[in-house]
Amino acid sequence: MTSSQLNELSTSTVANSTEVPLWKQDGAEPFLKIENVTKMFGEFTAVDNISLDIYKNELFCLLGGSGSGKSTLLRILAGFESATSGRIIIDGVDMAGIQPWKRPVNMMFQSYALFPHLSVADNVAFGLRREGVARSEVKQRVAQMLDMVQLSALGKRKPNQLSGGQRQRVALARSLIKRPKLLLLDEPLGALDKKLREETQFELINIQEELGVTFVVVTHDQEEAMTLATRIGVMSNGVIVQTAEPHVVYEYPNSRFVAEFVGSVNLFEGKVVEDLPDSVRIRSKEAGVELFVNHGISCAPNQTVHMAIRPEKIKISRNRPEQTENCIQGIIEDIAYMGSLSVFKVRLANGKDVRVTQPNFVRDMGARFTWHEQVYLSWDMDSSVVLTS
Amino acid sequence: MKRRSLFLTITASMGFVFLYAPIIALIVYSFNKSKLVTVWGGWSLKWYSELFKNQQIIDAALVSLKIALVSASLAVVLGTMAGFVLSRMGRFRGKMILSGWITAPLIMPEVITGLSLLLLFVAMEGMFGWPAGRGTGTVIIAHTTFCMAYVAVIVQSRLASMDETLEEAAMDLGAKPSTLFFLVTLPLIAPALISGWLLSFTLSLDDLVIASFVSGPGNSTLPMVIFSKVRLGVTPEVNALATIMIAIVAIGVLAAMYQMRRQTKLSSNQE
Repeated sequence: MTSSQLNELSTSTVANSTEVPLWKQDGAEPFLKIENVTKMFGEFTAVDNISLDIYKNELFCLLGGSGSGKSTLLRILAGFESATSGRIIIDGVDMAGIQPWKRPVNMMFQSYALFPHLSVADNVAFGLRREGVARSEVKQRVAQMLDMVQLSALGKRKPNQLSGGQRQRVALARSLIKRPKLLLLDEPLGALDKKLREETQFELINIQEELGVTFVVVTHDQEEAMTLATRIGVMSNGVIVQTAEPHVVYEYPNSRFVAEFVGSVNLFEGKVVEDLPDSVRIRSKEAGVELFVNHGISCAPNQTVHMAIRPEKIKISRNRPEQTENCIQGIIEDIAYMGSLSVFKVRLANGKDVRVTQPNFVRDMGARFTWHEQVYLSWDMDSSVVLTS
Repeated sequence: MKRRSLFLTITASMGFVFLYAPIIALIVYSFNKSKLVTVWGGWSLKWYSELFKNQQIIDAALVSLKIALVSASLAVVLGTMAGFVLSRMGRFRGKMILSGWITAPLIMPEVITGLSLLLLFVAMEGMFGWPAGRGTGTVIIAHTTFCMAYVAVIVQSRLASMDETLEEAAMDLGAKPSTLFFLVTLPLIAPALISGWLLSFTLSLDDLVIASFVSGPGNSTLPMVIFSKVRLGVTPEVNALATIMIAIVAIGVLAAMYQMRRQTKLSSNQE
């Protein structure tokens, strides 16, 4: 990724953020409407009464662990599975009874599913030939598509002569050539190594913006979801637990499940002792002190709640900080040096471990602290979140 | 290179000798000059030329070849259909019975297959007048029946190892089930079909027992002719004929094996 590409990327993000996104506009017509969709496999409920609106030009990520129902939902959209109940409406058309080969939807498979007996160009052309597009136009559009994914030189190769990253791009080109209204991507970057994955993420976003296709991506990788998505739907046990923009999912998770699934988090269990409209005081045995959060929550007095604080939002210091709220003491149990940051495991007096990460903004930052050293942990009162479920 | 143990070397050579010594003896004796089968009289191609002058053997060979070609082709069509149903239709009523009946000829003694087919043909002739008498046609039906079992098993295992998302991908790109069968499924299982055909061809060419039951007068297959000749005593001519048959069968089996290897290579590359 060159710096000019990065610049382009950041300006386009800025440009987008000045407009109000469709999902925040009242009365905006969703492009894809999932209405009360349930899918049962025998007694097992894979998808449990999901309703979801996805808008035009969105890059929506369904994020969840294995068995969360995300792939089943994607297969229902593609038409490979039929929903037990509920409706799927794409661009105003009810998809009930419409066969997969007639849907305005294309899918990029996790295994890529490239036809091993066809060349790269024939793989890409497959969809157009089924439509009966004229020979010359097929040739021209295939060339254009291969050019876009930078595979023009490899059109005559067979899939087994390609590297993993090249196969991924062929699969993408093949799924985009029919100019679908909606592209479904099943773990699109799952089979690539880390470096290639990072590059490809940005390519995917560029292509999506360029073509104006609505993407629905299924992934179990929260980092991938964070970088790609306009919005994320976090799935668990067949339901969507939270639907929001990536930074909202990360900074304001609505449940312990989301807080723990997306990124890592420290949770302190406690009881609400003071519940004011704009702040909460929590007595937590686990933290050993009273915790103070400066936003209100709706809860019953004395209710057991969890306070969540991300590891990177905790400050670590040898001397007692000036602030009196949200400050606890512990002993460094473990230090992991990760290059760009250091991870500290700090054990509190009551035995609870707290995870703290610190960016290594000066060289040998980690060496400033040593094992079994007594430290103070503190955080701002607006950095933490209170979770009631 | 790793040193092999003497024991393994001896075991392997004994195995080879046990398997191939009789065949090699047969091939060597087919080039024997002497009229007596067991006495070596020097090298000669005499018995091969004798063989090609024997009209009875030539006729039988042509009959066998015709039967093998037709029944292998029919077996591939029917066996592919059966294998496809068994691996792709999911669970359905009667699946167990179907798969049981399809694989039955593989384990059923040939005598029983032959006898039951003979009874069926006789009964059918009595009821509808077809097939009228027994001959090439009935042998083809019989051979198709048992060769189809082999093809079905080969096709079924090939389909089971094939990535089903390939078919879904084709559907997703706008191919109807009938189109995708010819454009995606068939090319991918083609190696299995070729090896199934070659195997059926070889099996049909080899078969003596079933053919003896269901063929009619004047339609003796090559194995039947050889068998009846051998009953009157082994002649050097039969050695020559057997050598030719071994060559044909060996080529068929080797070609089938080559196809199988190509097929596994292709599917392993799919990962």
